[in-house]
Amino acid sequence: MTAPLLHVNGVTKRFGGFTALDRVELAITPGERLGLIGPNGSGKSTLVNCICGTLRNDGGNVRFAGETLDGLAAHERTRRGLARSFQLPRPFHSMSLAENVRIPLLYAVPSREAKPLERDELQARCIEVLNMVGLAHKSRRMTRDLTQVEMRKLELARAIAAEPKLLIADEAMAGLSHSEVDEILSLLFKLNEQGITIILIEHIMSAVMRFSTRLAVLVSGKKIADGKSDEVVREPEVVQAYLGQ
Amino acid sequence: MAGAHYLNADYFYYASYIILQYIVLATAWNILGGYCGYVNFGSAAFFAIGAYATVFMSKTLPLPLPLLILIGGAASGIAGLAMGYLALRLRGSFFAIATLALAVVLQTFVVNWDYVGGSRGAYVIRPDNLEVAGFQINYIEYLFGIMMGLGLVSVIAARAIERSRFGYGLATIRDDELAAEACGVPTLRLKLIATTISGAFMGMAGAPFPLYIGYLQPSSAFGLEYALNSIAMPMVGGTTSWAGPLVGALLLGSAQQYVTVTISSAANLLISGIMLIAFVIIAPRGLVGIAEALFRRRDRS
Amino acid sequence: MDITYDLLINAIVGGLLLGGFYAAVTAGVSISFGMLDIVNIAHPAFIILGSYIAFFVSSSIGIDPIIASIVMLPVFYVLGLLIYQIYYLSFERRGQESLRGLAFFFGLLFITEVALILSFGVDYRYVEAAYIGPSFHLGVVEVPLRMLVPCLVALGVFAAIELFISRTFTGRAILAVSQDPLALKLLAIDPIRIKRIAFGISIATAAIAGALLIIIQPVEPSVDREYVGRVFAICVLGGLGSMAGTLIAAMLLGVAESLTSTLYGPSWSPAVSFGFLLITLAVRPAGLLGR
Repeated sequence: MTAPLLHVNGVTKRFGGFTALDRVELAITPGERLGLIGPNGSGKSTLVNCICGTLRNDGGNVRFAGETLDGLAAHERTRRGLARSFQLPRPFHSMSLAENVRIPLLYAVPSREAKPLERDELQARCIEVLNMVGLAHKSRRMTRDLTQVEMRKLELARAIAAEPKLLIADEAMAGLSHSEVDEILSLLFKLNEQGITIILIEHIMSAVMRFSTRLAVLVSGKKIADGKSDEVVREPEVVQAYLGQ
Repeated sequence: MAGAHYLNADYFYYASYIILQYIVLATAWNILGGYCGYVNFGSAAFFAIGAYATVFMSKTLPLPLPLLILIGGAASGIAGLAMGYLALRLRGSFFAIATLALAVVLQTFVVNWDYVGGSRGAYVIRPDNLEVAGFQINYIEYLFGIMMGLGLVSVIAARAIERSRFGYGLATIRDDELAAEACGVPTLRLKLIATTISGAFMGMAGAPFPLYIGYLQPSSAFGLEYALNSIAMPMVGGTTSWAGPLVGALLLGSAQQYVTVTISSAANLLISGIMLIAFVIIAPRGLVGIAEALFRRRDRS
Repeated sequence: MDITYDLLINAIVGGLLLGGFYAAVTAGVSISFGMLDIVNIAHPAFIILGSYIAFFVSSSIGIDPIIASIVMLPVFYVLGLLIYQIYYLSFERRGQESLRGLAFFFGLLFITEVALILSFGVDYRYVEAAYIGPSFHLGVVEVPLRMLVPCLVALGVFAAIELFISRTFTGRAILAVSQDPLALKLLAIDPIRIKRIAFGISIATAAIAGALLIIIQPVEPSVDREYVGRVFAICVLGGLGSMAGTLIAAMLLGVAESLTSTLYGPSWSPAVSFGFLLITLAVRPAGLLGR
């Protein structure tokens, strides 16, 4: 059995008296496609924040590529290959799309620091990444000219530009049409084929089922199921807590 | 006419020195404020550190002005770094209040420090003339030249920062610090560098001040007009580019010189305050922003 | 200097009286910063404005400055409504960075101060009243009435605000808006209107605080700057939005300043409040009783 790429080890997070995450345990092997589902408020985004360093967990630890992430700032985790898109898009609104994507290229990829890209190479790479999400034609536009849907795609583009080993896509498909969902899914499949491990957090069950090899279910801060997708969706607790109404 | 009396060469140098000084202060403030989004209310403190470094040295070991400027800059740069360590982990509004707090604490220390004159102030002897490359020049012309040089250096530095990887990093911190971190930007490190550079330039602007004025008191070195102007000038000119503080300093600075002479020095602060509020409400992108918008419109048509 | 027991206990009592006054001064900022998250750095300038108005009315008509300030309450309230409206339309609604909001209030601070300089000059102004001057003695402790009366009035104002917030509908709405604006909307209450009222109240307190200030000490326009530090130091130390915390923090600061002044001289006092602030921000930004 291969060592896990990401190991979430009993992570707990409290906000005052409220326990958002309760000893969550999760192991992700390299190359996997994990779907993370659960009702709103179950702690999915909190978990992502703790993994990525935006929030500090109160208990447990997170290990990535064999190394503990404790005490590392968010930017250092990104530089080690852990990228995420935000559920509510957070673009850099004073910059164009190309410039937005340029930031991770400038800062998140350590190998680039040793050998920085030339201006044109940088620009070419930006366009390449924007092309993957279908936004290359708007590369010079400002982010305030984007629709909600396009902003979500930009979020994904920024995460991809960081050249991650593990990509966490936090509800990247909310509000997309069928064809757009397909577009994003095929992009994620392609990235996975190139070797990127992916955690997909979604409410669109058809997409999750098509994409994930494994499924983890979070309810009220606790993981209640973890296993092969088609098995997990049949588990009674999962049906009761999330799938059945 | 009262005005004509002031139109002699000496007055020109005296007035221009102040305007050039504000170019440096406004540009320095903008590196942390406009580029990075962190408002510093304590500009006066950094300016005063530079000034008091000169006073200290003049009583300890006389040195030529360029060295004094470097010393002042170094002292203020270190102060900027220290302030960064203490305050930069705080949310934006807390940071601003903390900068004000630091400025007042520093002023209290200086007021109680007798070696540099305490609250009574200190005299700094200024030579009348200086020999430079075989020429005898008036000291005030020398000061003017030095400040002109500092102005140039600060603006060039700001422009270089703006277009660099560092500058992009600062902009992401301003736009969305959380997203910046997620994109790999080492926000704390960049903020510390920005506060150090900003502080250093303010200190360099302050170093020649005691020589300019001849007699330095804490109330003048720590004058809140420095805090106000270093914010008002970039806001009026435009905070997102190097040109903004320059334009703001030239405009507001000149207006203030005129008002000081014709009305009173209290009135010139009123102008800065009103301009600050007006621009902040009506034209948040400043004059440079307005100009950019006009040009863009002309491009499209 | 001989540090005697008498001296110390007088310093402490003086500090407590001062602290009571500081609580009233800070009450307004407790509302605007603690509950509305607005960094109104110009608040002390409005207090000084209140002082000058109290001085003007009191010296021309001859009524007690505190009465004068109570008459001015509605004017300051309306001023607060106006300022909030401008602030809201220019900044909060547009979602601008807080940079501009700060700059706005900073500009307001200056304009107010300079306007006062231009109107009244830089001389110190003071008021006359029956209780300024005499003091009574409790054993070794001398209690000047000019400190006691403002302290009592301040505590009264403070209690009034606390009751308003906890007992009245509007008051509770203000508390709610600071914690959960969405919930208010669901109850069909306009959060903007509530915030505007809260800010109005915040500025109204400045009217009374100003009158109390000029009773305690002579005032000139730049006195506002000392109070910027005090006000925010107390607010942060006491925990944003906690009225009880503000009171305790105000007392602590008052005593600390008084002791420093007695032991080391008054020129160190400004550093006390700002020093407090820095330490609190560094060590426990949530303050003593923060939420």
